[in-house]
Amino acid sequence: MGLFAVSALVMLAFVYWSTIGYMSSQTDSTIEAEIKGLADTYRRGGLQSLTGLVNERMRNDPDRTMLYLFATPDYKPLGGNLPAWPEAIPAGEGWVNFPFTDNGTDSTARGRIFGVSGNLRLLVAMDIADLQATESLLMKAYLWGMALALVLALLGGALMSASVTRRIEVINQTSREIMSGRLHQRMPLKGTHDEFDQLASNLNDMLEQIDLLVESVRHVADGVAHDLRTPLTRLRSKLERLSIGPGLDASARKELDRCIDEADGLLQTFSALLRIARIEAGRHEASLVEVDLLELAADACELYQASAEDQGVTLSYEGSPVTLNGDRDLLFQALINLIDNALKYAGSGEVTLEVGKDQRSIFLSVTDQGPGLSEEDRQRVTGRFFRGADSAKISGSGLGLSLVQAVAGMHGARLELENANPGLRITMRFLADEAVG
Amino acid sequence: MQPVAGFSQPAKAAEFPILGYHPLMRILVIEDDATVADYIVSGLRESGHTVDNADDGREGLMMATTEEYDAIVADRMLPGVDGLTIVRTLRASENHTPILVLSALGEVDDRVKGLKAGADDYLAKPFAFSELLARLDALLRRGQHEAVQVTRLQVMDLEMDLLSRVVTRSGQPIELQPREFRLLEYLMRHAGQVVTRTMLLEAVWDYHFDPQTNVIDVHISRLRAKIDKEFEQTLLHTVRGAGYRLGERPQTA
Repeated sequence: MGLFAVSALVMLAFVYWSTIGYMSSQTDSTIEAEIKGLADTYRRGGLQSLTGLVNERMRNDPDRTMLYLFATPDYKPLGGNLPAWPEAIPAGEGWVNFPFTDNGTDSTARGRIFGVSGNLRLLVAMDIADLQATESLLMKAYLWGMALALVLALLGGALMSASVTRRIEVINQTSREIMSGRLHQRMPLKGTHDEFDQLASNLNDMLEQIDLLVESVRHVADGVAHDLRTPLTRLRSKLERLSIGPGLDASARKELDRCIDEADGLLQTFSALLRIARIEAGRHEASLVEVDLLELAADACELYQASAEDQGVTLSYEGSPVTLNGDRDLLFQALINLIDNALKYAGSGEVTLEVGKDQRSIFLSVTDQGPGLSEEDRQRVTGRFFRGADSAKISGSGLGLSLVQAVAGMHGARLELENANPGLRITMRFLADEAVG
Repeated sequence: MQPVAGFSQPAKAAEFPILGYHPLMRILVIEDDATVADYIVSGLRESGHTVDNADDGREGLMMATTEEYDAIVADRMLPGVDGLTIVRTLRASENHTPILVLSALGEVDDRVKGLKAGADDYLAKPFAFSELLARLDALLRRGQHEAVQVTRLQVMDLEMDLLSRVVTRSGQPIELQPREFRLLEYLMRHAGQVVTRTMLLEAVWDYHFDPQTNVIDVHISRLRAKIDKEFEQTLLHTVRGAGYRLGERPQTA
């Protein structure tokens, strides 16, 4: 914007100087030519011819466009159309500007002094009032133009930056959405093929690339899980056959049983990974049915009541019946994973399930009274294999919340983690326009 | 192409069929995904069963109609003829071989459709092998004593009257919560078989998935406390890596 204003100023200044320069050089060369003519006449015919020519010129020029003045060496006027030798004009040759009075109006003239024999001087000048008028007109135009350019620059700049800001904001907004987990979102294109469209389409290509990488990493992980299951199952059944076979003492059998348990744990982890992969890759639209979340919560409470009692935890649910279209089994599994998690990490106290609905969303939350999670852990907790800070003594594969996340994603729900002071609240929030039937 | 049904390689280590499972079934596996097929086939063979494998629906249907099998495992989505069509075709031709349909996770309507078409059970992929084995075993046994309407169940000295809903062991009454009653009923109906956690969750709570947590174990241990605690012989056993079995203690050789 500043650059635009400056360049406009430079351009106007150039027009100004070149116009004025051209006009004053025109004046100068007219005077130059006149002096040359007069000098030729003087050289050929002497002073007589010169005065004759000057007198003739003055007669033919009643408007006094050219000014002439003969003067003695001490500047006494001898003849011409100027009343007196202007003050402040030095004797030497060269260009002079001087004020004079033209029919009662003050004006300015420009001219040269031409030395004639006997130390007489002839001043040849031109009224440059017109030139000066033009000059001041141009200056005025220049100033106005400058002001106008500045205003236009400011206005245009503001408009341009507003539109730039708007488009950048669109990109920002989309980036935030992508970071919040909607990985398949893409930057909108305006179809104008300008720099912003190029930026957006480059960003989209980049996201595509990232998607591909994530996808392939996932693929590798799932492929490994898939491929290892067969030999692991084989290994497990061999171990089992060994352990129930003859000729083993008690301690060897115990070791074998421990191996089998290890294999079972691995198999279960692989199964969980594959299950998550299935959900994430799934095509599930057809299998959604109407599910009452409150009923789900009640069933989950009933199922977990015994476990909770064993741990000295009070498990309860509250809310009102809300239905949405979903996969009943997977939602239930997600819910029991959340409860399981709450029981595991919360220690004792209360675990509360809440089902409800507000204007924009339907929610299902599980709140515990445990130590909660740090901000940092809350960000990482849904990643595969994440385990809480002191989870060494707590069993589990670290895939529980990944599965919840996958189920939430499949239902277009967001997973929100917040501090319940004390404790942790995990909420599955189904946005009204996406999941509700 | 697999060798002609019935002549596939004998299981390598069949001397010890895993305890609690029905020994030596002839099973047809119709599955087009090579990895899954290998997982199932090699697992079943390891367990001592004879397995034929078809990798498309048409071939599978042909094998199922021309050979005798104890059970069929069929994928829902198959090239050629899909799993449900196979089920319908077999049932229409009075073939009552127990069929277990496999399907991708999260396709709820598939379960309903599969069972309606005449399949006997349904399992969502991915599944643990022990799950498949337990279900096949259950299918086979169901085939054996089908259509017997019972009002009383008995496993050793544990008795359940389904009409008066009274449970006794050695004549002593046992108090059970309604859910515990259903749990025990299911276990007694499948006495001697391995019952997985998923099967229990399905039958008793009506949710279909692999719980992956110890939630079922807690219910089992409560039930065990009620039926086993004061008796010398335990009836409710945990089967490592698979689930539970109600019945006599298995003899370890």
